[in-house]
Amino acid sequence: MIAGYFKRLGEDLRKDWQLYLLILPMLLWFMLFLYKPMEGLQIAFKDFSPFRGIAGSPWVGLENFRTLLGDQIFIRAFLNTITISGLGLIFAFPVPIVLAIMFNELQSELGRRFSQTIVYLPHFISVVIVAGIVINLLSPTTGVVNLILSSLGLERVYFLTQPEWFRTVFIGSNIWKEAGFESIVYLAAIAGISPTLYESARVDGASRWQMMWRITLPCILPTIIIMLIIRIGNLVEVGFEYIILLYQPATYRTADVVSTYVYRTGLQGTQYDLATAAGLFNAVIAFALVFAANRISRKVSTTSLW
Amino acid sequence: MASFNLYSRGDRIFGYANATLIGLFVLSTLYPFIYILSVSISSGAAVTSGQVVLLPKDLTLAAYEFVLSDRLFWIAYGNTFIYTFGGTAVSLAIMIPGAYALSRARLRGRKILNMMVAFTLWFNAGMIPFFLNMRDLGLLDSRLGIIIGFACNAFNVILLRNFFEAVPKSFEEAAKMDGASEFQLLWKVFIPLSKPAIITVALFCIVSRWNSYFWAMVLLRGEEKIPLQLYLKRIIVDLTANDEFASSLLTSRYSFETVTAAIMIASIIPVLLIYPSIQKYFNKGITLGGVKE
Repeated sequence: MIAGYFKRLGEDLRKDWQLYLLILPMLLWFMLFLYKPMEGLQIAFKDFSPFRGIAGSPWVGLENFRTLLGDQIFIRAFLNTITISGLGLIFAFPVPIVLAIMFNELQSELGRRFSQTIVYLPHFISVVIVAGIVINLLSPTTGVVNLILSSLGLERVYFLTQPEWFRTVFIGSNIWKEAGFESIVYLAAIAGISPTLYESARVDGASRWQMMWRITLPCILPTIIIMLIIRIGNLVEVGFEYIILLYQPATYRTADVVSTYVYRTGLQGTQYDLATAAGLFNAVIAFALVFAANRISRKVSTTSLW
Repeated sequence: MASFNLYSRGDRIFGYANATLIGLFVLSTLYPFIYILSVSISSGAAVTSGQVVLLPKDLTLAAYEFVLSDRLFWIAYGNTFIYTFGGTAVSLAIMIPGAYALSRARLRGRKILNMMVAFTLWFNAGMIPFFLNMRDLGLLDSRLGIIIGFACNAFNVILLRNFFEAVPKSFEEAAKMDGASEFQLLWKVFIPLSKPAIITVALFCIVSRWNSYFWAMVLLRGEEKIPLQLYLKRIIVDLTANDEFASSLLTSRYSFETVTAAIMIASIIPVLLIYPSIQKYFNKGITLGGVKE
């Protein structure tokens, strides 16, 4: 029976060899750049030294994780990650929903197309430029925000050095960059609402305000719930490439997150084992959250992420 | 929908309020761009003394002259072109054939291979193991490393695969009757039929390549290889903290602010140039590419 299986396998391979040749480069790529690095996860459980290599370094069990959980800076980074995500959920998550509903209520087709074109644009701008814009606008000497503050007779603020301002700046500029683009998902959902619903509501004398609350919003609620679940699944992921550009030692207290901690300890410092453990800790939580989120979404609606 | 006249007074007020709010949002999206543009074409003295808030003051191209005469700027710009277009070409050359094979039911182990791709959407080894792996492969400080190391991602593969799966069977059967090989089938039938999906993926690749800086910062050592975003990052972020450098740039014609603004504008322009085609395709691409097993 096994021999028969291999015979058939051999025949298929010979017959469809071109197909297997086509997939080969991609298969190699995934093995080499996404699966082979997983071997390196071992060092989270080792006392790693680059000279002895991965195989030569001694196992230390959960020692690195114990060190992490006793490290104030790591705990702070973990809590900051959740705080920034949580605040994003409260302040940034609703914005694209509101935007989509407002776009939908816009009467002028031309105006709608124009404003959509503008608000999608920042999504395609690099985080380096966004950081540059933020640094410019908030500059204590020449930045517009401080020029306005001082013309109102208020004290100038060096926002980027103040820990209490970091989250506001980070979440605010993220809304500027992504809210417009994220509204696409909700606009697609709104486009799927049957026009007859609105027509019969109009016959019944409903105002646009009422239709917005009683038709549009309930109809896109499933989409909102799915997006909410995805967001909760990504609770331990924050845009660290952007944070690295905006934070500085003075603001670590509120700005340092797990990924930036991994970057600093592992790549700027060379505590590879500790940094890998921190990354793995986060990745496992992220994976569990996404998994749980998918289970919930399968129960809540018929749609699931995979 | 009913015509505008049928709306009551309340509805009209609602409409105006709504349009006003959208207008405000659009203006606040546009404002930073206009501000940066104005700073870049104003004199250094006007900017440093806080006179530029919306419109440029003492029009001058001095900042651009300064930037365009910097050798490193051109090196970085050239590198970004290499990474963007070389990288996108490699990405497509690997992902299109791979996604096509994954879309064929007769591929053995298809289910496992699909799972292998999808798993990487949710879990990867992380920053340090990836870095150590690049080091082991000898791809540190190498242009090849930047181009090859980031060639594929699961999202794009799944998007292409779903599109190939949706191509009607009749096309394939007709081509097979004519004795087309697998390569010919892909090249002459599937690729032409899947143009929108392929262009969408290409645009995703181009934009993300153009904008990325993080791994270039981690992997590259020499100045000769850095992409534009890293050059920008070094000037804007690293040097803002460095007052000495900032004041060394300060002349009456240009200042640190006008120079950084000019570099930002120079890096945004290519994105603006391809933005219309992105607009045309991404709506299609996103609705096509709902990530599903």
